Amino acid sequence: MNRIIKIILTDILKNKIVLVYTIVLSLLSWSAFGLEDNSAKGLLTILNVILFTVPLVSILFTTIYLYNSSEFIELLLSQPIKRNKIWQSLFFGLSASMVLAFFIGAGIPLLINAPNAVGLMMILIGCLISVVFIALAFLCSILTRDKAKGIGFAILTWLYFALLFDGLVLFLLFQLSEYPIEKAMVAVTALSPIDLARIQILLHLDVSAMMGYTGAIFKDFFGTTAGLFASFGLLVLWVVIPFYLSLRKFIRKDL
Amino acid sequence: MIEIKNLTKKFGKLNVLQNVSLSCKKGECIALIGPNGCGKTTLIKTILGMVLPDTGSIKFNKKSIVKEYLYRSSIGYMPQIGRYPDTMTIGGVIEMIKAIRNTNQELDEELWHSFELDKMADKQMRTLSGGTTQKVSATLAFLFNPEVLILDEPTAGLDPLASEILKDKIIKEKEKGKLILITSHLLSELDDLVTEIIFMQEGNIHFHKKVDDLKTETNETKISKAIASILKQKK
Repeated sequence: MNRIIKIILTDILKNKIVLVYTIVLSLLSWSAFGLEDNSAKGLLTILNVILFTVPLVSILFTTIYLYNSSEFIELLLSQPIKRNKIWQSLFFGLSASMVLAFFIGAGIPLLINAPNAVGLMMILIGCLISVVFIALAFLCSILTRDKAKGIGFAILTWLYFALLFDGLVLFLLFQLSEYPIEKAMVAVTALSPIDLARIQILLHLDVSAMMGYTGAIFKDFFGTTAGLFASFGLLVLWVVIPFYLSLRKFIRKDL
Repeated sequence: MIEIKNLTKKFGKLNVLQNVSLSCKKGECIALIGPNGCGKTTLIKTILGMVLPDTGSIKFNKKSIVKEYLYRSSIGYMPQIGRYPDTMTIGGVIEMIKAIRNTNQELDEELWHSFELDKMADKQMRTLSGGTTQKVSATLAFLFNPEVLILDEPTAGLDPLASEILKDKIIKEKEKGKLILITSHLLSELDDLVTEIIFMQEGNIHFHKKVDDLKTETNETKISKAIASILKQKK
């Protein structure tokens, strides 16, 4: 398996996109800290980068990469290699390179400018969000053979989690504002990895004071150690479940 | 060596393989022939585990191939249309497969030299013509001295010189006692190669006979004529 991961990693590193992604991330991060005088504002800017750019690049790059390696996968299948090893190696290779890109691009400026719990949390969540969207990309690309359709699925998935989901939640909030739904809202956030990440970071910044009563309920749940572990556990589930589903489908696929 | 029993495969509503049973032994050189879309390639791909059958069993060296993968190290497969990563060079592909296999067994690089691929090892796969891609596929199939060779339309797209080289190589390997499975539409090319013929039609095996029996039955000396006369009798 390591040999295949090595081949995939060198192939991705030869691909200039990941390099460009790293440079763009580091430009954004350094300028976020350079422009703002206090690091909390810089952190907020980076938070938006993590919640929009990172998922988009992860899911799109992975989907396109998977479609482009269909020949490679076919070639490997005629060799004495287990099917699940091929898929797992692709996953590890892609995750490693995207996490590395995020760490070099955003992690290092974070460590230098905000060397505290929030900074570390941000790095951890950024890495997790990268992997979550890579797993979702694996699921999108196994669902259809058509590359255009697959990339379409990937963009829709990103759009849903980055924008539409929030809209739906807001809609629900307004429609049901007369009922005590605060606790239910906590459960609803588990349905979106981006929201999980956002709430987790916002609660560790002081701005959570502005979130009103719902914010207090959130703080009550996510602010505790148990809540922290629960939300990380949920993020990990967002990696494991999509990838497991795609792996099952890949093992049964005719090539 | 390869035992196939009651293999069935559907793609959607299309029955690609219907109750196919087959047995192949060491030292045989079998031609798999039949009209387009009769399931030859699907049959080959199920043997390789690339297509998973709906029902039926395949045994390789008396062991079921379900969820197995190591048996593939004793199969050399040359696909009909070889697809390789575009940006890799010829040399890169060969090196990659060698790295993946990671064996210290002796490699058979005869085709690599006789096809003169060594002189264009730096060429990228996407710039290659169909014939050159076939040469790369053939080289890979023979590289690890496999016990079984599965060649899907090996000479399609090769120039006469290259296809002679490949045929000589196939005969050489046959004499070493390997099992060779060839699909082809060029019946005239099979004459000096094969010992048995499997004729497939619409997902069924129409007949599976020794070439000599076939020739005596039909009083013909060429495989192509013998097949033609059988098909005429059927009509």
